Amino acid sequence: MYMKNTKLFKLLAVVIAVIMVVGVMAACSKATDADKGVTEAVADAANNADNGDSDDTIYRTLDQIKKSGSIKIGVFSDKNPFGYVDENGKYQGYDVYFARRIAEDLGVEVEFVSTEAANRVEALQTGKVDIILANFTVTEERAQQVDFALPYMNVALGVVSPSDKVITELSQIGTDDAVIVISGTTAEIYLEENNPEITLKKYDTYSDAKTAFENGQGVAWANDNTEVIAYANTVDGYTVGIPKLGSDDTIAPAVTKGNESLLNWINDEIKSLADEQFFHKDYEETLVDTYGKDYEEELVVEGGVIK
Amino acid sequence: MQALVTDLGFDVLFKGTNFTRLLGGMWVTLKISLISVALSIVLGILLGVVMTFKNPVTKAICRVYLEIVRIMPQLVLLFIVYYGSARLIGLKFEPEFAAVIVFTFWGTAEMGDLVRGALQSIPKHQYESAYSLGLNRSQTYFSIVIPQTIRRLLPLSINLVTRMIKTTPLIVMIEVVEATKVARQIIDANRVASPNAAFGLFFVIFVLYFAVCWPISLLASHLEKKWSN
Repeated sequence: MYMKNTKLFKLLAVVIAVIMVVGVMAACSKATDADKGVTEAVADAANNADNGDSDDTIYRTLDQIKKSGSIKIGVFSDKNPFGYVDENGKYQGYDVYFARRIAEDLGVEVEFVSTEAANRVEALQTGKVDIILANFTVTEERAQQVDFALPYMNVALGVVSPSDKVITELSQIGTDDAVIVISGTTAEIYLEENNPEITLKKYDTYSDAKTAFENGQGVAWANDNTEVIAYANTVDGYTVGIPKLGSDDTIAPAVTKGNESLLNWINDEIKSLADEQFFHKDYEETLVDTYGKDYEEELVVEGGVIK
Repeated sequence: MQALVTDLGFDVLFKGTNFTRLLGGMWVTLKISLISVALSIVLGILLGVVMTFKNPVTKAICRVYLEIVRIMPQLVLLFIVYYGSARLIGLKFEPEFAAVIVFTFWGTAEMGDLVRGALQSIPKHQYESAYSLGLNRSQTYFSIVIPQTIRRLLPLSINLVTRMIKTTPLIVMIEVVEATKVARQIIDANRVASPNAAFGLFFVIFVLYFAVCWPISLLASHLEKKWSN
């Protein structure tokens, strides 16, 4: 028994020693890479100073991106079907499809940066990415921090209800009825402001709200219209009675504030893509499985023009 | 059995290259933590020696450094190094590099404190006996003090190493795609086809972390036993 253990431990010790050595070696090569990164950054700064343009700007201009041969685009990697990674490790989705096209038309390689929702503004402000294409809803507050290009998608609130008792107008909701919302969403804020007479039942997570709705805790469920449409399409017996509620919000690409050359290029790109109905094609490639054909006109914005 | 595998979402693991991607994510975790651990041990030992100096200036500096590390959540440090450096001085670190800086900054402080404790725990008579036997200062350190220090240090530093490995999922917040992020990507890509994939995937993550941390703990307890005689 004791002998066996000693052998096991010797084996373990060897394994760990190997890991440590590899780790240290990786550290050395890593350090060289990082050194290069810093040197390049300094060299870049020096170049900028020489050219006399954009001295201490954090972003890269259109020319700088073209020259470097690659563009960094921040996308979601876990928001199916807008930006996600498929089973082969490849980025896919509505936003990603557009991102690939941008890189193609710029003639550069695309480098996807997996972004968290809360970090999207910060990533642009610190120049970690050139463009954010991560289902970024245009709001006034955000527009003060980043520059939005023309929109490429609509988003509004929607209300889903059981197919045998479809609610098509908010006035159908009686005083004893409750509407289900997820806490902190736009749906909650909108209904509290505009329809304070409606009783809300609030849940913290998507799955709690879903369970409550399916158990008849409320007559309807209000959420982003993309969410309720996807829900009604996957679960039998429910219909989206109100596909559009309240003001329309739009989804648009965003760049670092002040990066005009890139912003103008994206705007021109969106306008010219209207000729080939690019975003309709994008919808049919990426979103049609989730939302169905019926909502194509509702969701897609072509050429930056909101109807 | 088949039904169980599907219900708990283990089937998504074998779709496409999912499992390899998960291992790739774990490798990112391991790489960052092992590099940081290696650097922390070296720097921490130096810091620990410095901390035992009687000089009030070095004492104050070490104290401030240690307190900063103790007070600041690692997440805040990550944000400061990754975003703050870009904002304030225009340095664009790669996220992995920023992670190594933060984990080394943290590990060095804690390791230094452990080394200081271990050094100070060696009784004065050990030094005095060594000197009276005619050993000089460096002989005393290398043959008397350091071997004893290492024995006292080992269990504590192994604890620090596993803690550092387990803290790595935080680096998701600075856009590093490591194991837990890959798991979330896989869960989301399959949220309609296998809604319960979360269980299977996080179970696999648990097994992977266990496979990494357990041998380290085993080695520590073995060495501890061996040296206790």
